[in-house]
Amino acid sequence: MFPERDKKNRDWVIRVGLASCGVAAGGREVYDALSTKLRQKGLNAELKQTGCMGMCYNEVLVEVSSPGGGRVFYRHVTPESVDRMVEEHLIGGQPVTEWVIPDEEIDNLLAKQKRIVLRNCGIIDPESIDDYLAADGYKALEKILRSMSPQEVIDEVTNSGLRGRGGAGFPTGVKWSFARNSPSSQKYIICNADEGDPGAFMDRSVLESDPHSVLEGMLIAGYAIGASEGYIYARAEYPLAIRRLEIALAQAEERGFIGKSILGCNFDFDVRIRQGAGAFVCGEETALMMSIEGRRGMPRSRPPFPAQSGLWGKPTNINNVETLANLPWIILHGADVYNKYGTDKSKGTKVFALAGKVAHGGLVEVPMGITLKEIVFDIGGGTSSGLEFKAIQIGGPSGGVIPASLADTPLDYDSVTKTGAIMGSGGLIVMDETACVVDAAKFFLNFTQNESCGKCTFCRIGTLRMLEILQRISDGEGKEGDLELLEELAESIKRASLCGLGQTAPNPVLTTIRYFRDEYEAHIYEKRCPAKKCRALISYEIMPEKCPGCGLCAKYCPTGAITGERKKPYIIDKEKCIHCGLCMSVCRLGAISVQSGGRDE
Amino acid sequence: MVIEAGAREKLSFAVIDAIAHKHNVELGAIIPVLQEIQEAYGYVPPVAIQRVAENTGVPASELFGIVTFYAQFRLQPLGKNLIKVCHGTACHLSGAERISQTIEQVVGAKEGETSQDGLFTVERVACLGCCSLAPCIMVNGKVHGRLTPEAIGKLVSQVKEKEKVVLSGEVG
Repeated sequence: MFPERDKKNRDWVIRVGLASCGVAAGGREVYDALSTKLRQKGLNAELKQTGCMGMCYNEVLVEVSSPGGGRVFYRHVTPESVDRMVEEHLIGGQPVTEWVIPDEEIDNLLAKQKRIVLRNCGIIDPESIDDYLAADGYKALEKILRSMSPQEVIDEVTNSGLRGRGGAGFPTGVKWSFARNSPSSQKYIICNADEGDPGAFMDRSVLESDPHSVLEGMLIAGYAIGASEGYIYARAEYPLAIRRLEIALAQAEERGFIGKSILGCNFDFDVRIRQGAGAFVCGEETALMMSIEGRRGMPRSRPPFPAQSGLWGKPTNINNVETLANLPWIILHGADVYNKYGTDKSKGTKVFALAGKVAHGGLVEVPMGITLKEIVFDIGGGTSSGLEFKAIQIGGPSGGVIPASLADTPLDYDSVTKTGAIMGSGGLIVMDETACVVDAAKFFLNFTQNESCGKCTFCRIGTLRMLEILQRISDGEGKEGDLELLEELAESIKRASLCGLGQTAPNPVLTTIRYFRDEYEAHIYEKRCPAKKCRALISYEIMPEKCPGCGLCAKYCPTGAITGERKKPYIIDKEKCIHCGLCMSVCRLGAISVQSGGRDE
Repeated sequence: MVIEAGAREKLSFAVIDAIAHKHNVELGAIIPVLQEIQEAYGYVPPVAIQRVAENTGVPASELFGIVTFYAQFRLQPLGKNLIKVCHGTACHLSGAERISQTIEQVVGAKEGETSQDGLFTVERVACLGCCSLAPCIMVNGKVHGRLTPEAIGKLVSQVKEKEKVVLSGEVG
């Protein structure tokens, strides 16, 4: 990921990862502390902010490159650790080894990755166009404007094999040629940055770390289809991404990469940013366009496809953030270099947001076709809890749960679809044995049920009926025939819904029933939750031999169910206990146990 | 920041008109207009919907339809501090429900409610996108991650402490 780029540097270069994750972990405070300290000491060091370095589990991350060319990453940096870091490393010449990420760990993380989309993430300052330019920024734009016809651009992208990274995987070049061939004086490019899947943060990270690459991608797409206007539809929950986009846009306009007669050529292109107002369904193309037009974002039937009649009735091409960020690289390096990566039908790389119960969570970019196992174990380092790896959730609420037994599944569009899940936009959530699949299915269905726009009856009401059944099962009220009824409803919803939201909403339920039927049956027939998660089917107890009587659990218990005398073991009143598990999370000594055996106990 | 609700709405027409006119030239700018109004007042006051309707010619019923369709818009004023509790997949697996429970306890408001003292509004959000720091919440625009019930207690009392300082400062 990080080439040895500072070799020629005469001074120290210090980079602080300041994407949302880094900021949330306290990165700004670290940056300020470093800035003060460097000034105090009068050191010749360049302090830079950068975006996501991809190793989110280590935040706050600081990279220190020495004048000689050596480079180390510090993890979990706090403002307090800055003093010692600067004194010992920058002045004394000796890195503080116990805070440094071992080379081996970084090698393991990177060995199987190939960074195309993330080529600049964690390296350049996302708020500096000069940094982007120094990394070959806007060279692809220059190349197409000077030496390629729009059709040649489309051919190049078609040859690259790039497929839409938003989830459906439609070939990008083919999509463009539809829009190109629709005659109209006005056409639009829309960048879909309404990353709505819970558990996905690929687009946010790219926008926060390398916004210019997305703008350049839009320019390339605009030139290819003959559009002069672009919209970026970005999620309002991503304020930092929006701010960095705005900065990038202003810079690109100022330098003449966006606007009239770009680079002196006969190509005009303007970009506007629209904030999505928080509706998951707006990730669907026709709903997204409704929203830009200022209406309720409800999908309409197709045809006409957006490529024929899209935004305000004009031919429109909608591409996802990751798709767009690929384009400058493809143009510069050539389709034949790009399509060497990946599998026969799924070319190139894919960015995944690896999270959940995984040791090394973060943002990874891998060639298509890598197996789930390689991602979870080789890159992700296995589960964070050390417990058994149970399953992986892929594709968010539209995707599914793939069990550990299928961990050899290669990650390409077709193989993932065969499992009943979908590739989706790139969210990967690792589940260990503490995750209950009924609970997970309920979680996703609750989400899609809430987000259904209400247009199609099956999506609106069918999902609610499914949710009610799942709720009953996790409440210990499941009965014979529930699973069959769920399956029947699921099929009907898939067939009778207009857009992708409804068509895929049952996937999490269907895949969990397919792979974990026994777990559902344990809930239904034995009134038992094997993962000890479903509240109605578990009970908490304090183990007297481990309880020192500190009273912390009693303090947090919302119903006053825990009582006792200081320095003597406390007791949980099962009548009052609502099984929320707060006591267990606050107990530092592991004195609280949870049983699943249910209500009969 | 919180002015009495009635006073704010009286003040608002000039602001609402300015926001509406600024966007008037642009096609389909209704959502940005409503977003800016919410930015200015913390919510979309019903009188603002009326006023925007008069300004833009878009029927109030349609505006109301938009406001209720999108999760971002609020029709109720906010408390002084806004807590967004993430219920993304990673947070859910890491016990987001417990986080909600704790917040309800220490703040005195359920998700979707404002505490009686007007200090906190608690909202449930789908995902803050900081999955590696799960479970996380956002307090007044700043994300806090790797939370425990105890950490939330501390966070909330810090905010309360600050409010006390501000209050006594105002009195003095």
